[in-house]
Amino acid sequence: MVKIDAKGTYYRDLNRKVREAVEKGEKEIVLENVNGQYYIGDGLRGNVSITIEGVPGNDLAAFMDGPTVRIKSNAQDNIGNTMNSGKVVIEGHAGDVLGYGMRGGKLHIRGNVGYRVGIHMKGDKKQGPTIIVGGTAGDFFGEYMAGGLLVLLGLDGDGPIVGDYLGTGMHGGTIFVRGEVDKEMCGAEVGVMEPDEDDLKVLREALSDYCADLGLKLEDVMSKGFKKLVPVSARPYGNLYAY
Amino acid sequence: MFRSLAPPEYLATIDRVKCIRCKRCIQNCGWGVYSWGGDKILIDTFKCVKCLRCYHYCPEEAIEIKDNPTRFKQNAYWGYHNIRNIKRQAETGGIPLTGMGSDLPYTILFDNLLIDACQVTNPSIDPLREPMELRTYLGKKPSSVKIEKGKDGKLKLAEPAPPQIKLEVPIIFSPMSYGSISLNAQKVLATAAKECGIVMNTGEGGLHEDLIPYRKNIIVQVASGRFGVNPEYLNAGVAVEIKIGQGAKPGIGGHLPGEKIPLEVAKTRMIPVGTDALSPAPQHDIYSIEDLRQLIYAIKEATDYKPVSVKIAAVHNVAAIASGIVRAGADIVYLDGFRGGTGAAPSIIRDHLGIPIEHALAAVDDRLRQEGIRNEASIIAAGGIRSSADAAKAIALGADAVAIGTAALITMGCTTCGKCYTGNCSWGITTQRPELTARLDPEVYAERLINLIHAWTHELKEILGALGINSIESLRGNRERLRGVGLDSFTLDILGVKPAGR
Repeated sequence: MVKIDAKGTYYRDLNRKVREAVEKGEKEIVLENVNGQYYIGDGLRGNVSITIEGVPGNDLAAFMDGPTVRIKSNAQDNIGNTMNSGKVVIEGHAGDVLGYGMRGGKLHIRGNVGYRVGIHMKGDKKQGPTIIVGGTAGDFFGEYMAGGLLVLLGLDGDGPIVGDYLGTGMHGGTIFVRGEVDKEMCGAEVGVMEPDEDDLKVLREALSDYCADLGLKLEDVMSKGFKKLVPVSARPYGNLYAY
Repeated sequence: MFRSLAPPEYLATIDRVKCIRCKRCIQNCGWGVYSWGGDKILIDTFKCVKCLRCYHYCPEEAIEIKDNPTRFKQNAYWGYHNIRNIKRQAETGGIPLTGMGSDLPYTILFDNLLIDACQVTNPSIDPLREPMELRTYLGKKPSSVKIEKGKDGKLKLAEPAPPQIKLEVPIIFSPMSYGSISLNAQKVLATAAKECGIVMNTGEGGLHEDLIPYRKNIIVQVASGRFGVNPEYLNAGVAVEIKIGQGAKPGIGGHLPGEKIPLEVAKTRMIPVGTDALSPAPQHDIYSIEDLRQLIYAIKEATDYKPVSVKIAAVHNVAAIASGIVRAGADIVYLDGFRGGTGAAPSIIRDHLGIPIEHALAAVDDRLRQEGIRNEASIIAAGGIRSSADAAKAIALGADAVAIGTAALITMGCTTCGKCYTGNCSWGITTQRPELTARLDPEVYAERLINLIHAWTHELKEILGALGINSIESLRGNRERLRGVGLDSFTLDILGVKPAGR
């Protein structure tokens, strides 16, 4: 294990140190005194685990391909931007536009998230992304969704847990929301249904990993019912144009 | 009952005496105009787009495609396209789509600009027998260089130069994605780019593995749909381009119809087969110049600081936007003008939004010079470059290089029929139907595209020779060598060009 002190370090230098450590074959890196540095783990590949102490800046794990990053506090915007594989665990809250265009790997967030989280996620038979949010989410959750899995839990209160335009423009993938979903809040392209046995199996598997990462009990998380959101059409705008 | 109140645009006709019923027209037409009626070829002329595939493949020259003389009454105010679009909208309730750049008769400034030449008082140069330099480097140029003596006694740069893209001629191929065009069409572009020492651009559709051997001649694009973007992709080419906008459809997103998403395209884009590929109108991580800077440097961090290009549509405030883009750290600003092409755009957007490249280019070049940051980024001009003369005029107005899309497709058989969005292109260019794409032999058509680049190269050298200069660098931003014909003083002022006679 190697510790890197990020205090007063410019992001470019910090990221270079991280890359050099990974190239040397380090399997565990701890970044101490992180204070808003951008791009940590950006484009990083390999089998390495990075623990971040302090609040990292925007675009953490952008284009990342493999590593596991644990953030022991809150985090900011654009985490997991177009991420390909690996995992980011956030023990606190996180900001807007998380997992934009994400292609694989996992984002596990314990707290609340902001606007436009999990938009335009993709997936195919080989890989697909998963984002699980423990708290609440803002508007446009899962907008343009083309693949992958989004789960919203709302563990911390009884109020509404998701904003407006949920899944608007959705044309692939699946969203699970714990508790009830107000159809009024959903985009026109979204169908709300009860999950079946197969769905619950997928959900249980994803949540087991999430609970293990964040020290939660699976039974507590599964104690409430879920709604499943899927696109009603693969071509929501098929009739918009005159040919 | 009538089929449509919009009469067919073209009349496909067959000379029944000449026709030998070989059925080649049936095989060749991607639109289903022709069918076999038992003893003769039947014609459904409503489907004809005048792409001329059948005409060229008829062995007896029996086919003629005429403009339909039965048109709406001529009207100087209600144009044919106005009436036709209303009819189509009345029938479908939809937004009329179109392909290619706008064909409406707006003023074409390139055609109102003329290039200077030498007579008596300064000698012209003969490019066939004297050296003529067209090589161009795209990227940030340092405002000063420090030279030091190395250990071997040789002089070298004290600090490494910013990364550059080397072009043998100042012409590149504009972004056209796999999906919007066929893989064979992309292979034509890649082969020609490699042979000519220039670059092609993947557009926003990912990089098919067949193109990996051409990586030194490829710019990869990142746009709002983030199709096919992973660390390997970002590092696959010589540079990365962030697409903000497109001249044919400024401010709106992309929408590749499900008809053009078979398995291979779906795999490359990582979306379900047959769905519409949606590219959101904005990139939702970019709402400001600061946000743009964030993505530029996210890409630089992921690529060990490859050059990053930012492509925008030319819009009213383009000069200030371009200044912001340069200050955000872009190495290249790609300006796409009003006439720029597209595989699919609502015609109302294509024909009415944005500004021409000539105005935009002059304004951006001026602004960057005034601010003392012109060296910080190269400018690529695109959006209706039809000839080497347009290219030379664009370079004289301030472009480092020009990008061509439509001109390149025309070498592959395109006749600018404008129906790219249907996915039925009989020439195998803007289609994914395997029986159509198989017609576009990459080797055969690459030869034609290489010929075009070579021809334009010769022409550019002739123009430079006539101007008495032996390097494209001396033409760059050299507006003194342009004159305007029939332009008002405002336009001349914006272009920074004198009227002919002055």
